[in-house]
Amino acid sequence: MSQLPGVRAIEGGSGLARVATAGLDITHRAILYLDDITVSFDGFKALNKLTLTVDAGELRCVIGPNGAGKTTMMDVITGKTRPDSGTVFFGQTIDLTRLSEAQIAHAGIGRKFQKPTVFENHTVFENLELAMKADKRVRATLRARLSSEQTDRIADTLAMIQLGGEAGKLAGLLSHGQKQWLEIGMLLMQEPKLLLLDEPVAGMTDEETERTAELFKSLAGQHSVIVVEHDMEFIARIADIVTVLHEGSVLAEGPLNQIKSDERVIEVYLGR
Amino acid sequence: MNGPTPILTLPLEGGGQTRAPLFAARGWAALLAFALTVSVLVPVLFVVVPEGNPVHLSAYFVTLIGKIMCYCVVALAMNLIWGYTGILSLGHGVFFALGGYAFGMYLMRMIGGEGQYQSDLPDFMVFLDWKAYPWYWSFTEHFLYSALLVILVPGILAFVFGFFAFRSRIKGVYFSIITQALTFAFMLLFFRNDTGFGGNNGFTDFKRILGFRIAEPETRAALFAVTGLYLAGVVVLSRAIIRSKLGRVLTAIRDSETRLMFSGYNPLWYKLFVWTLSAVLCGIAGALYVPQVGIINPSEMSPANSIEIAIWVAVGGRGTLLGPVFGAALVNGAKSFFTQAYPEYWLFFLGLLFILVTLFLPKGVAGIPALLRRRATPGTGMALQEEGNK
Repeated sequence: MSQLPGVRAIEGGSGLARVATAGLDITHRAILYLDDITVSFDGFKALNKLTLTVDAGELRCVIGPNGAGKTTMMDVITGKTRPDSGTVFFGQTIDLTRLSEAQIAHAGIGRKFQKPTVFENHTVFENLELAMKADKRVRATLRARLSSEQTDRIADTLAMIQLGGEAGKLAGLLSHGQKQWLEIGMLLMQEPKLLLLDEPVAGMTDEETERTAELFKSLAGQHSVIVVEHDMEFIARIADIVTVLHEGSVLAEGPLNQIKSDERVIEVYLGR
Repeated sequence: MNGPTPILTLPLEGGGQTRAPLFAARGWAALLAFALTVSVLVPVLFVVVPEGNPVHLSAYFVTLIGKIMCYCVVALAMNLIWGYTGILSLGHGVFFALGGYAFGMYLMRMIGGEGQYQSDLPDFMVFLDWKAYPWYWSFTEHFLYSALLVILVPGILAFVFGFFAFRSRIKGVYFSIITQALTFAFMLLFFRNDTGFGGNNGFTDFKRILGFRIAEPETRAALFAVTGLYLAGVVVLSRAIIRSKLGRVLTAIRDSETRLMFSGYNPLWYKLFVWTLSAVLCGIAGALYVPQVGIINPSEMSPANSIEIAIWVAVGGRGTLLGPVFGAALVNGAKSFFTQAYPEYWLFFLGLLFILVTLFLPKGVAGIPALLRRRATPGTGMALQEEGNK
């Protein structure tokens, strides 16, 4: 494959975390292309010729039974797992299979893990500061000082995730739901173009879930969002298009109502 | 989201935090007092005050404290990589020893014709019947070149070793084991006479440094002062790093490296930076150690020595600024007492100390005040360490 403009090829993730994000080209509407992706672990095909396209500004929900390949798909998009075959493009030009995790994050993809993952020994404020979009190379980080605009941005995000009162608290002391929100806040600080959210409302109270749904709906449009979720009620509240994965490939795709009445989907997933 | 906007006062405090001075006034005062003690008070009490006067300091005492201060720097260096970044090195002794050997080469050449064999070559080379210095001894008669080697040799070794280890994402106990292997391999290499560093006797019997006789009290006092000031400097440097955003990235590597990667940081360069810095700090400490103690040999690279460094830091309190300094001082003070009074019990004591600290003082000696405070007011203050591990 030929060298792509704006993207340096790297070996084993050793490259500096600098990738031109200006290179994201969404002129053909789609922001993410997964084409014919296969990933196998010891002969087990976690993904089997998976093909999926997500449009810019879309909020896509991905559902499927355990082992359908949802998390592996996220791993492939974020560079944690390299596909055995197939291509992953971010916009028209950025080949994600050639970038390290850090470079992919720089290119504009943010990921929330299934288990909320924050820096527990840092304050809520510092968590957001670390995630904030900036030059993340060693020398720049050593000298970094917060500007007042940056402090304001952190304050805005704190307000949005409703943790304004906890800014000075260590993240390890937050409740489960608050940690989920903090992690979402951290993603937003990265100013991503595409957000991948793995079970974002797991362990949240009903009220928290409702607020999260509102937040996600407000994000769609400026960001593209992929949500992996089991909670059908939550999906019903937010989804435009739902993709159902089964045994590593797409079983069905379409509006939720259509999906709900699909015979095959009922059989493998909903009907149980 | 149009929820009620909370009044945001705390974040501004958080933002202001990074601009706060490095140390509070009391901290700077303590540092100044320490600097004056090592550079003025001790030299005066040692050199000027005559022997027999009750406040006179003996050469033994000054050498012992000078040696311990070198160990304190090693503990601080270890704390940067282990305490803050969460990477346990069990091979830091190799960097200390390499710094010592690099400077030892200069000291050996300054012996000149004053050695046993009155040769221009060091005694061990005469003994091996060598006629000339090997190529890698070139220019080591220049003080500045040797000083450069003190920084470059441990630095380059650490950089190259670290680059491959961290790039291959070797972590945790696997990393610790290969660092043990590294120091062990170097020990075996330096034990060989053919390596050209004096075999198992190493370097000793130094005479002069920069033209001054090493045995003179004035020279010893100067070395002591330089070591003390270096220690104070490393404390300030550690603090500056830990308080920077880079310091927060280092602790983030320790606590959740994956999150950090997906936040757009490449941990490789951060690890490599702190690892190499730590090695260089150790190397300089080793170079200051050698002229004061008067000997460097391959036993400094024995795996047990490197493990002991980790014990100093654990005892003092890892991830605390000054804990490792106290840990190194405490353990080495106890060591010099025990090895004279009850030599056979020292290792048992060390083992016991390590077990007790691990069981009861997760934050080491530095954690005792917080522990006592928590005792005094039950129910308040939570151990985040425990909370975080759930």
